[in-house]
Amino acid sequence: MIKSLSLNQKLGLTLLLGLFAFAVLVGGFSPYTIDEQNLSIRLITPNSDHWFGTDHFGRDMMTRLASAIVLSFSLGVFCVLTSSILGVTLGVCSAWAGGRVEQSLDVLVNILLALPGLVLVLLLSAIAPGSFVVLYFAISLVQWVEYYRVTRAITRTLMDSPERQVSVMMGFGKWYQFKRHIWPAISSSVFTMAAFGGANAILMMASLGFVAVGIQPPLAELGLMSVELFPFYVEAPWVLMQPLIVVALLVLGFHLLAGASRESLNSTH
Amino acid sequence: MIWELLRKRLYQLVLVAWGVGTLTFVLMRSLPGDMAYRIAASRYGQDNVDSAAAELVRQELNLDQGWLSSYVNWLFELLQFNLGNSLVSGLPVSETVLHQLGHSLLLAGFGIALSICIALPLGTWSAKKGGLVNSIMVWFSTCTRAMPVFVLGLILILLFALEWPLFPVAGFGTWQHLVLPSITLAISLAAVSNRVVYGSVRRVLRSPFYQFSRVKGLSERQTFFRHGMRNMAVPIVAFIGIQLVSVIEGIVMIESLFSWPGVGHGLAHAIFARDIPVIQGCALTMGVLFVVLNGIIDLLCYWIDPRGEQEQ
Amino acid sequence: MNLLIQLTDLSINAKELELLQPLSLSLYQDKPLTILGQTGSGKSLLAQAIIGLLPNELSQQGQVEVFGKLHDRGSLVSLWGKEVIMLPQEPWRALDPLMPAYQQVLEVYECLHGLTHEQAFNQAMDDLDKVDLKSSASKRPGQLSGGMAQRLAVTAATAGGAKLILADEPTKGLDVSRRNDIVQLLLQSAQGGGLLTITHDIEVARQIGGDIIVMKEGVVVEQGSAEQVLNQPEHSYTQSLIGADPRHWDQRTKGLIDKKPVLSATSLAIGRNGQALSAGIDFTIHAGEVVGVVGDSGSGKSTLGDTLLNLLPPISGKVNKRVSQAKPYQWLKLFQDPPAAFTSSVSLGVLLEDVINLHQIDRARIAPLMNKLKLAPELLARRSTEVSGGELQRFAILRALLLDPIFLFADEPTSRLDPIIAKEVTDLLVNLAKEKGCALLLVSHDPHMIEKRCDTVVQLK
Repeated sequence: MIKSLSLNQKLGLTLLLGLFAFAVLVGGFSPYTIDEQNLSIRLITPNSDHWFGTDHFGRDMMTRLASAIVLSFSLGVFCVLTSSILGVTLGVCSAWAGGRVEQSLDVLVNILLALPGLVLVLLLSAIAPGSFVVLYFAISLVQWVEYYRVTRAITRTLMDSPERQVSVMMGFGKWYQFKRHIWPAISSSVFTMAAFGGANAILMMASLGFVAVGIQPPLAELGLMSVELFPFYVEAPWVLMQPLIVVALLVLGFHLLAGASRESLNSTH
Repeated sequence: MIWELLRKRLYQLVLVAWGVGTLTFVLMRSLPGDMAYRIAASRYGQDNVDSAAAELVRQELNLDQGWLSSYVNWLFELLQFNLGNSLVSGLPVSETVLHQLGHSLLLAGFGIALSICIALPLGTWSAKKGGLVNSIMVWFSTCTRAMPVFVLGLILILLFALEWPLFPVAGFGTWQHLVLPSITLAISLAAVSNRVVYGSVRRVLRSPFYQFSRVKGLSERQTFFRHGMRNMAVPIVAFIGIQLVSVIEGIVMIESLFSWPGVGHGLAHAIFARDIPVIQGCALTMGVLFVVLNGIIDLLCYWIDPRGEQEQ
Repeated sequence: MNLLIQLTDLSINAKELELLQPLSLSLYQDKPLTILGQTGSGKSLLAQAIIGLLPNELSQQGQVEVFGKLHDRGSLVSLWGKEVIMLPQEPWRALDPLMPAYQQVLEVYECLHGLTHEQAFNQAMDDLDKVDLKSSASKRPGQLSGGMAQRLAVTAATAGGAKLILADEPTKGLDVSRRNDIVQLLLQSAQGGGLLTITHDIEVARQIGGDIIVMKEGVVVEQGSAEQVLNQPEHSYTQSLIGADPRHWDQRTKGLIDKKPVLSATSLAIGRNGQALSAGIDFTIHAGEVVGVVGDSGSGKSTLGDTLLNLLPPISGKVNKRVSQAKPYQWLKLFQDPPAAFTSSVSLGVLLEDVINLHQIDRARIAPLMNKLKLAPELLARRSTEVSGGELQRFAILRALLLDPIFLFADEPTSRLDPIIAKEVTDLLVNLAKEKGCALLLVSHDPHMIEKRCDTVVQLK
């Protein structure tokens, strides 16, 4: 598995594992909490007590960053798992069953595609601002569509393909057809979509945080931290740079891991 | 063929209206507390609210009916383009949103145009040079697209508005105000689209028909203008259609960052303030804008490449 | 006679690998030259070297003289269009997919001869009229058939006035009648000039005449006049190449041993998506019988087989399976394109195991059958993308025969294979089907192959 990855993919994986390890270690060993204020040490530069400095409430930046990374990762992983399983299952079923099933799923997909993803997530998140669960639900709802479309397009060409026809004629069952013909054909696309999906979920959460309708203070979230720290760019540019760099690294890690370019997926639907 | 395309987009428009209408209806119903009191409070100020004012609001918005009839009512109002008044400012939503739409279109138009101006030369250049130039472009693109659009915007503000005060930080008015937002949008779009340009140019330059045209005796220049440009344009224009999602999402973020008075800024604000009529108006406008722009791209694609799916 | 092309010791290398061994040849005016050989024999590279289109990664040594002048890759460009032209292998890929047919001819007159748009238009329409394409002048290449696209390509190519024509597999993928049309058109266009054709098709070489060079894996094995090479081949490779042409196959004895009916069609009409392609089909196929299906492309040859297998519903009429105790998996099909019929996700051995486990097949049967099909056991460790088309098709036959089929529909099973391999696979298939008493429905676009190998022939119109 690891061996078949390209150099860039390995780089991406290392980056993500590194960030994750950092977050877990800091989360486990840090003597501070994310909402522990100490106004006497506002915006101090990195020192031996606060390795990454402190923010405008004197909270420890390293602890807050670690917590934000864990939050981003968990959202990304949950969204990718949910949307990929849902999208792939429905995509395969839709292409396989055709008829009514396909038609009704198409209406649903058309509704979801009629609005840009972020707008839909914004609308849904307005129902319960700051709720992680709603955010997770909204992002997964937006993201499964891509898996569905790509999987369905590939599966549909496989339905009429000689390789599957032969297996059907020789008496192989549905699970075998999926295992030998459909999954090998879609797996690399699903992997690429999953990597981009992870990046996208993190981006959406940060974006919502940035326009102040996502995760609410005092929780630490990368987009929210960026907007909170922006007014202090003159006094403490190093503090502002931290969430910006971390969110960029997270997204870069997922993009590198994806390997193929995202545009290559669009040629299949 | 062409009617097929338009019919599909029209169908999408209906879906957008229904989807946004339903979502905002759910939103309104799910707000905690007495709706009428809340709305009245935001309309007339906390001190001036009494039960009479709340009752007025209740009747105006049909709040005491069953959910089904008020849902039908809600959609019916939408059908008549009756979007109501803002709960915060009391101004008619349609006027506000129409005003904002102009600003958003200006930003989107400039952003897309600028992104094409960046992506075309860069993509073509790396396709023709290949090798090191291309590798550098790949890395540059990967790093740029890893940055969320608001990070990109923040960096530009830090550099060109605060460090070297060439342009205003935020706001709206002069042409200088347009520079940073549209460049932010353009860079984020071009980071992806230059790779599409690269792929398309490379595919055409290596295609048998390009070679055959040269063998027929046409010069490099003649071949490029007669067979190159149009064939290269097909996937590029189609990709602009795909990128419209990024354009709309970019607009929401960039407008909020630069306080650009467009629909995206309006939407983010309304969601923060839970101003439901405005949320509906803004989301509806964004959806319509998205579908209409997609329709325009469809027509453009059809004009460049009239082949049907079968022929390809 | 006028010397048009003179190659002296031309060789082509990819780094250390020699793709084409030193070769010398001369092409004279009005004396066509044909290079004959199977895929992978380096013949396309030769044409690319002559016209100056060899990919930059490949290096060439030796001399290329055209019209008495020495040329290199750069200088050959100046001859394109007006002096020398190369016809593309796959015309529908070599024509601009977005440009109407007439414009692809018109632009040559405009750009090379400096005619006005109107003059060029009239010229182009005249040219298209000569090849019966006037009514399709404003269609795009995707709307043309393979034969039409190739005629358009020839017209567009020769509009520049070049009299020296290089044609690389000009008849690839065309029907027999379309193939003959193109050969005639080529001969006509090259009158008063030179014609160098590259083909794997003996019949094309015969029709063109002139001289022939036979190549195998980058080496010339035989050369001489067409008459001499085709009628008295000296080299064993040439002999097997000619022997592989179905019209030279030995006639096998027809007739049935067993008269047990397997399947019959009564006043059957077939078609796809409700559109009828062929009607009035009546025949019965018996155990061990080989039934051939012939007809032009689009007459529904494959559709017939799919209808018999119940993969498609008949438009009208009936298909009766006459063997009641047969299992569904004993009605099988061999596909035209072997790689498309196998998943490349696992090795062939795993695929074979899957079948063995599913149907509890006796493993002792495998080794002898593989031996008969000349399949080396090592092949099982490889994936479908790592073996040749011929090997893969033989593996497909192996897998089918293990299921003891009653009826086997072979849909052009050898059309994607080189002629020598094609003959071998066809013979194996027919012999084994007879031996196992399996009814075989063989579809082919080559009437000779059907005539030589089948007991009965069904003609579709």
